[in-house]
This record gives sequence, C-alpha cells and structure tokens, in this order.
Amino acid sequence: MMTLRADLQQILTTIPTGASVLDLGCGDGALLQALITQKSCKALGVELDETNVQTCMGKGLPVFHGTLEEALADYPPQHFDFVVLNQTLQRTKLPVPVVHGMLRVGKRAIVGFPNFGHWQIRLALLLGGRMPNSPALPYQWYDTPNIHLFTIADFQALCQQEGWAIERWHYQVGEAWHGGDSILRKRVSNWLGSEAVFQLSKP
Amino acid sequence: MHHWTDTDRIVATQVATVATPQHPLPLESGAELKHVQLAYETYGELNATKSNAILIFHALTADAHVAGKHHEHDPKTGWWDALFGEGLAFNPATDFIICANVLGGCKGSTGASSINPETGTPWGMTFPLITVGDMVVAQKRLLEQLGVGKLKAVVGGSMGGFQAMDFALRYPESVERVVLVATSSKLSSQAIAFNAVARYAILNDPNWNEGNYSLENQPTVGLSTARMMAHITYLSEEALEAKFGRRLQAPAQGKTFDFQKEFAVESYLEHQGKAFLKRFDANTYLYLTKVLDYFDLAEAWGEGSLLKAFSRTQAKFLIASFSSDWRFPTACSQAIAKTLRQLGREVSFIELSSTAGHDAFLLETEALNRIIAPFLHPIDEGKPTP
Repeated sequence: MMTLRADLQQILTTIPTGASVLDLGCGDGALLQALITQKSCKALGVELDETNVQTCMGKGLPVFHGTLEEALADYPPQHFDFVVLNQTLQRTKLPVPVVHGMLRVGKRAIVGFPNFGHWQIRLALLLGGRMPNSPALPYQWYDTPNIHLFTIADFQALCQQEGWAIERWHYQVGEAWHGGDSILRKRVSNWLGSEAVFQLSKP
Repeated sequence: MHHWTDTDRIVATQVATVATPQHPLPLESGAELKHVQLAYETYGELNATKSNAILIFHALTADAHVAGKHHEHDPKTGWWDALFGEGLAFNPATDFIICANVLGGCKGSTGASSINPETGTPWGMTFPLITVGDMVVAQKRLLEQLGVGKLKAVVGGSMGGFQAMDFALRYPESVERVVLVATSSKLSSQAIAFNAVARYAILNDPNWNEGNYSLENQPTVGLSTARMMAHITYLSEEALEAKFGRRLQAPAQGKTFDFQKEFAVESYLEHQGKAFLKRFDANTYLYLTKVLDYFDLAEAWGEGSLLKAFSRTQAKFLIASFSSDWRFPTACSQAIAKTLRQLGREVSFIELSSTAGHDAFLLETEALNRIIAPFLHPIDEGKPTP
C-alpha cells in the first residue's frame, strides 16, 4: 500500500469508517482511494484538472470534472457526512462562500491549509524582506496559485465571525501532528504549525 | 476461463425475432409491428450468475458489429474494436457483451428497407415512425431471449447514449451502471435543423419517388448530400483546418476558376458522401434522423423535468464529453451529470481533450479504455465464474 502524504493521513485518521465523503480538489485521488479501500467510505471527488480526473478514473474512483463551487451548488443539503477541502481554500476566489457551501452539502467540513503564521515564514519576511517560501508554500509571489494566504489565527477568527463551530483541529510540526485543543498549544500553534487541519460544523 | 483470442475475434451476426403477429411490438406512435427481427452480435459468455452482461448501443449509422472480424481475412474490424480486450473497456474473457442493430436500421434489423412479410415488398414509407423508446423495448425483448435479466452496464455514444439513458430509466431495476459518451438528453434546435436539411435533400431527390425507389435507381444525390453535411458536424473546425486547410486538390494546377472539386476538403467530403451510399439506405436515414429529433428524455420520463426523469434510476453513471464536439457539446453531457449530482447519485464526469470533434467517441479509444475499464471492472468485484 502506498504511504499517504502526512496531511492526507491526518484527514484519513479523523474520518470514521463507512462515512460518506466529498473530496473537493481530490487531485490524483490518493485520499479518495484510501477512504474507499481502508475505511469503506462512500467517497466522491471533484477535480478541475483533466489529467488528474483521468488518473482518478483510471483507478476506478468516482470523480467529477469541474469546479468545487458548482459541486457545492449542486449536491442536496446535508448529503455528505464530511466535505473535505485540503490545500485549496487559499486558492479560491471567495473562501467564505466555499466553506458555507461545504457546511450546506455536508454535516461536517474538513479544511486543511498551509499556515502563513509559521515562524520561518514570519522570520523570512522580517529579516529577508522578501515574500517567503517554504515547503508548504513553494511558489514565487508572481506565479502562486495561492491568492488568499492566511494563518491559523486568521482562520479561527473567521470561524468565530461566520459562526462555524470548530469541533477539533490539528497542526503539523515537523512530521508530527498535534491536537490544537489545549490553551498552551493555542498560543504556540500559530508559530509552530506548518499546516493545519480543522473540522467544522454548524452549531 | 474463456479468453478473447484471435479466433474469438471472428464473430457472426445473428438474427432474433422479437415481434410476431401473436406477440406484436406496440410503438410509441400507437402503431404496432407484427414482424420484427433484430440483428445482433455477442462477445464472451454469460456467466453462471448472469451478472456479467453489458449492452452496447450503436450510433445513428453504425451496426451490431461493434468488435472483431466477420472472417479471418476481413479487412475491417467492428466500430469499437479498440475497446475490446484484456484490461480494456470491454473484456470478452470476463464480460458478456451484446450489441444489436437498432429497430428501424438497415443492417439486418427490421426497418424501412426490409421486406414487409405481409406485402412481399419493402416497407418504404409504409414503415411506422419509431422512437428511441421503441428501439429500447425491442432490444429488451432480445435480452430476454438471451436469458439476460439484469445488466452489469448499458453503454452508448451519441444516439447510443440516447438508448442507454432510455433503457436505464425504462428498466431501472435492470441496470447497475451506465456509460454515456458524447451524448445529450435531447436534440437541440440546431441539431434538428441539420436533420431537417438532410431529409430535405433526400425527399427532394427525383429518384426518391415517395420512398419507392429501386435498388438500381436510388436517391444517391439526396443521401450523399445528407451525409456530407452531417459529416461536417461530426468534425471540428480545427481538425478540418489541420487536415485540409485551404489546400487545393491539385496544388500544381493552381486555381482553376470553375466548379470542379477544387479544394481538398471538397474532394474529401464527396468521397465521404459516396462511401456512405454503399452502406446506407435513404429511407432508413429519414426514419432514424426523425428518431433523433423526437428524443427528449425529460419529456419522455419527467414531464419536462430532467431531474424527475433521472430520479427513476439508482445506477452509477460514467459520463464523458469531448472538448471539440459541437454536435453534442460538453454542456449537453454536463447537464445530465449535474442533474444526477443534484439527485445525489454516484456520477463521474469528464471532458476529454480532443481535436476530433463528435467523431472523437470513435477515435479517442485510449482515453475511453482508461476511464471505462476500471468503471466496469471495479477492483473489489469478484471474478465472475466462467
């Protein structure tokens, strides 16, 4: 069995066996396949890139070639147990309606994103004075698909503003993932976390 | 295990009687047919649990010969031969594949060019108008004769897709999966207009003679004109441009300033029109284009609502369109796929990049194999016992 990328493994761990899942921007289908084969999930993908869609279909995975916005508009309300959006929210034109849409078609939303508040990024901007690069954010400012970069603290504030309940969240330090629930960790997570995964619901 | 070997590739077209005076075929128009035969071919064998049957529907002018050869030295293979084999979309080693010439066709099934047993002469214009639904009902009767109840899948491109969708909605309990390629849930006004011009050419050919033409004196101008025009709609502008551009048929000669076939594309089209005469019948073309025009899935099954129509089926769908197809553009396939998604059905959809226009559904076989094979043969599917 192929080893999943760490962030995908983290998402896989949080989704219970047998859940119905919509994976927005499912890429080559690595998470979809793991959900279906390891967790017996009823999982569907949405993907914009034709080559990725062909790769998914080549693995026999159900996938819809199109935008995530259209997918969120089409599916019936509360159709999925989970709607996953990993490494993509920062690329959307209108992130807030996207998360609202996720919580419309799904009972729960899982959002994974690179944390722009990571200490290396802060330090690079502070000392270098140039737009920072990191393994999670490898692009130059002029060719990045990431048009809405944000930090863990930014996302927490948005959740509060929009009334999304944070059921649980994790952040990545090096190879390890940590729960974001303790008070101490809340303080350091925005410095130490390179990536974060939030599970949201509507209260 | 029965393998799809070179000897298996030799197939024979068979004929089944699906309507008799005792068991006539009622038609959507209210008429009925007392004599109906369907020409069909099968590949592979029906397994013991009868769970491996796949029904393929052909497009407007094709036939039951979807794959293989008719004899060892047959220079031509079936129209979707490249999709048949181990690891490909259709695997006769494990699947039992059926394809029949449509009701109203001229490739062995009963249609306008067949002899009406009650008169001893060709049906011609006395043949009743038929619909996609009538074609589907006739093929369901064939399946019953073959001992096939539930189908693992129905598959079709273009007009074949019309039949696949109608079958899935008419017999929802009998279909597990549906594969639709380059198709639409209805004909657009533009597509009906093209068909109208095609029929106009045939109906106004002096040889047509109210449909009572002889084999020696057929409405060849009308039929080849119809085909030439239709052929343009099957190709993309970029494909034509790449293949012919403004090239002259005899470049050395330069412009001739007359009405001969001067441009290479003219000569190509005339060839297409003439080649079609050898394999198709003018009256049949009238009837089958009418079948297309009448097709409207929402009207037939959902009182005008596509959502209501597709709510009849729980089948899994795989839908593919081609980027340069303007006969049935991506939006047509997308409308079907989005409807299924609105119903919460499991639907996979892809727009495949191709410059081949509508014809891509016959030509882009590599991509079709890549996406169809895993859909029809899921990893968790138990190997059918031979």
